[in-house]
Formats: sequence, C-alpha cells, structure tokens
Amino acid sequence: MNGLLQQDLNQETFTINLGPQHPATHGVLRVKLVMDGEYIVEAEPVLGYIHRMHEKMGENRTWAKFLPNCGRMDYLSALSYNHGYVAAVERAAGIEVPERAEYLRVITVELNRISSHLLWFGAFVLDLGGFTPLLYAFDDREQILDLLESVTGSRLTYCYFRFGGVYNDIDDSFITGTREFIKRLRKRMPMYDALVTKNVILIKRLKDIGPISKDMARRYGATGPVARGSGINFDVRKHEPYSVYSEFDFDIPVYEEGDSMARYMVRMDEIEQSMRIIEQALDKLPEGEIQPKKAVKLVKPEKGDYYHAVEAARGSFGVRVVSDGTNQAYRLKLRSPTYSNLSLFGEASRGMLLPDALALMGSLDLVIPEIDR
Amino acid sequence: MLLTKIKEALNSLYEDIQAEPEAAEAAETEAKAEEAAPEAQAEESKPVEQEEGAEAEAAAEPPPPPGPRETDYKAKGYHLDVDLPPEKVVAAAEILNRENFFIEAITGVDWIDDQQLEVVYDFNHFDELCRVVVRTRLDRNNPEVPTISHIYQGANWHERETHDFFGIIFTGHPNLEPLLLPEDADFHPLLKDFKA
Repeated sequence: MNGLLQQDLNQETFTINLGPQHPATHGVLRVKLVMDGEYIVEAEPVLGYIHRMHEKMGENRTWAKFLPNCGRMDYLSALSYNHGYVAAVERAAGIEVPERAEYLRVITVELNRISSHLLWFGAFVLDLGGFTPLLYAFDDREQILDLLESVTGSRLTYCYFRFGGVYNDIDDSFITGTREFIKRLRKRMPMYDALVTKNVILIKRLKDIGPISKDMARRYGATGPVARGSGINFDVRKHEPYSVYSEFDFDIPVYEEGDSMARYMVRMDEIEQSMRIIEQALDKLPEGEIQPKKAVKLVKPEKGDYYHAVEAARGSFGVRVVSDGTNQAYRLKLRSPTYSNLSLFGEASRGMLLPDALALMGSLDLVIPEIDR
Repeated sequence: MLLTKIKEALNSLYEDIQAEPEAAEAAETEAKAEEAAPEAQAEESKPVEQEEGAEAEAAAEPPPPPGPRETDYKAKGYHLDVDLPPEKVVAAAEILNRENFFIEAITGVDWIDDQQLEVVYDFNHFDELCRVVVRTRLDRNNPEVPTISHIYQGANWHERETHDFFGIIFTGHPNLEPLLLPEDADFHPLLKDFKA
C-alpha cells in the first residue's frame, strides 16, 4: 500500500475503463478502475465478452466431438488443453495409451509451450514499450508453427490428440527440424538475455513491481509461472506426474521475489527446460503404435466423476468429468489457470501506478478466451 | 502424511451426523417423488460399493459410516471425497485453509432426476499431492449454500460463475452479480431444463 494513497482516500476519485478494446489487455477484457490521480484505488476485471459456454457444448455432443473445442480456449497453448481433456476422458473410460503416443504428446506440448512463452515474451515487452523483441520472438515462433503444422495439420488451434493416442505420426524431417530449431533457439536465448532481460529499462519496469505473496497466490489458487514466481514450487508435471513426464530430467524454475521480474524469469527459464524435455524425448522416442491396436470407437465412461489436471503454459488446467454412462458428458468442468490467476489482480494492483499495473497484468500472461471459456 | 492428517481433521465435522438424518430424509422424499426410485438408487450405488470393497474388505454393513472417504486416485484423480451438508462447507474450508490447501475450482452439477443441485469444491496442496473434493447437495428449488469467499478469496469468482450457470445462491457473498454471462442475465444455462 502506498502511504500517499491512504491519506488521499477522502479526496475525489474517478472511474476509468481499461478495455474491452485495449492493446494491453490482449483481447476483450475490461477493467473498471477507480483512480486517485495516477494511483489505482480499486480495479475490477469485467469478464465474459467472449464467453461461449464451452461447458454446455461439452454436454450436448459426444466425447469425441468436443475435441476441437479444446484448441479454441487457450489458443496459444492449445495442445495442453487437448492433453488435459483426452487425459481426463482416458482416465474415466480406462483407455490405455501406447508409449510412443505419450512421447509424441510430450514433444508437441512442449513445443507448444515454447511458442506460447515466446509470444508472451514479445507481447509483454511490447506492452512495456519495446517493439523490436516482438519481431525476433515471432521469427522463432514461426519455426515452431511450421513444425507443428507438419504434424498436426494446423498452425494455431490444434486438435492433434485422440482418445488413446495421437492422429498422425512424426517423420524424420520433423525430428531433424526440431533438433535444428532447438539448436537455433539456444543461440538466440543469450541474445534475448542481453537485449531484453539485462536491459535496464526492463528491469526498472519490472523489479519490485506488482508483488504477489505466497499467501496471496494460495488464497486465489494461482498456479503456473505466477505461483512459481512467488516462490511456490508447484508444477503439475512434477507434482502429479502424468503422461511420461516422470521419465525426463528437467527442473522447475522457481523465483522467490514475487514481482513481475520473477514471473518474467520463470517463463524465460522454462523455455530452456522445455527444450531439455524435447531433446530427451526425441532421444528416447520408442517405436510402436500411435493409437491402441483396438481402435477406440465408442467412449462410454462408467458412472461417476473424474478429475485430471495438466500443466498448461499458464498453469494448472483441470478437467472434471461427470459421466452418467452414456456417450456424452453429463457435466464437463474446465478449470482454466488464468481465470484464477487474474482473480488476484484486484488485490495485487491496489495502490499501484496505472502503468505499473499494466506491467503486472502483462506478467500474468492472460489469454482471454481461456478465462471466459 | 497429509492425507491422513486432513482426513482426521475433516472427520471431526461428522461427529453430530452419525445417523445421517439428511440422507434418510432425501431418500424418503425421492421415494415419494418417483416410484421408480428404488431401481435408480440401486443402480447408482453399485460403483460406489465396488470402490469401497476394493479398499476395505471389512466394511460389510450396507451404509458406510459417514465421513471423508478415500478414493482410488489412479482411477478417479482425487484422494479424498468429502460429502457434507451445506452448512458444514464453511467449516471444511476453514480446516483446509489451516492446512494450507489452495482452491482449484468450484462448480455445480444439476441432478435433475433427484431434484438436487450439487456443489463441488476442488482443493489441492502445493507441497504434497493431495486432492480433496468437498461436495454438498442442495434442494434444486431453493439452492443456497454459505459462501467461502471470505476464507478463500479465489472462491469469489468461482462462486459467481456457479451462480451464473446454475443459479445457486452463495449466501454472504459480497458481489453475486453475473460474471461470465451478460449483466442482465436471468437464465442459468447449465441447468438441464434450460432451453436456449
């Protein structure tokens, strides 16, 4: 809290709208701000501008027909959402997945995570007034999109996973292309480090700005890089190992500071960790089927409810499935990470300067369709 | 171990509901409401019995003692299933908060055949893997449950969303306005009898 603000509370305040059409909100998010001069007295995010009721759609179509919806929530890390949904249904219906398919899932999800972090990196620095890094980040991201397009058939809203496996195998050109890309990105990361991370302007905009304490993260259920930037060592891939993540050696970057810089650093470090996972997965990639020998045609999970969480690029994405034993979900709850991460914005931004609050908002890495669902 | 500890702590909430009067009442009203109810009930209880049979062979008596139930994590995705009457939800949240659990989500399920709405709270822990599901059943025509948003601030939005979708009223909530739906929305799309 800012001392100046407390003294001035009795003076006149005014309300302004941020969004719903504002470049800093990265989509149609509106924030109602009660301002005291340049300081925020109260910030209230207003959601729902692109709410599409995915959960109802889950109830009125078969399990398989909901697959394309997954890529349309978090359009920047669509494969994590694919993964969360198929894993939940596989758990409910007891479907086994061949090992090669699990490896392919990990490889593509991690590539998708890097592309998501790269886009966030470019857009975040753009929010802070630096235009150039965006162009570099998009240049790198483009390579990933090409790679993923060759396997999944799409560039953004992937729908690559199927119950029991994946729909397309990778070929040699994908493997060599991915290895080359990793080599390339490893050379680029020191440049990003020198150009952006060590840039004094960036440091001044992020250091000690928008602190989120461990306790605040817990009370709001913040996960992903937001929690890890507040010193919470929580990553679903390690905490609750699913798929074949337990077979890889990788670290979870955790920063204690809780400021915007810490969240920035977590994501930048995660890019390297994802590259490590991909390399190991390519080295160990087993031969074999990419779908069960007996094709999964009819999915009818037993009555009951099931939960499965995955680590998406923005945090823990959970799917709660309630089945009544038919070929449609009785209830499909989608727990999206940025919904919880954004909910702490009101408390965290209190007393901040407006431009600093925008830095805080950027460091939360918001994807609005995923919040509104 | 965290699981045993939280199970014990939550078990204290069941002290005065040993006889499970609510369940008996619910069963009665169901039987009155629907004559085919015994069949439906028998079907529903089958999977539950199977699960518990795998865990504890000794539990031979038909109604299991009320209390938090450990579930098969691999099959279900959560460790502890806590079925509580609505007025005990706040106490459960306080216990979980004391043990540093965080809230993943709150949601509802419309059991229209039973004329009930279920509220499901998902909790998880940052340090040790322990997923706790707290659930409560409400009367579908008068769905009210106390808010836990004063304990878990993150519950604020989850409860607003559940109110949007199911019309469940979280009493004591500071701002139960539509969040994802339009501000003048007077419909609840996830109710099974909702027609667009």
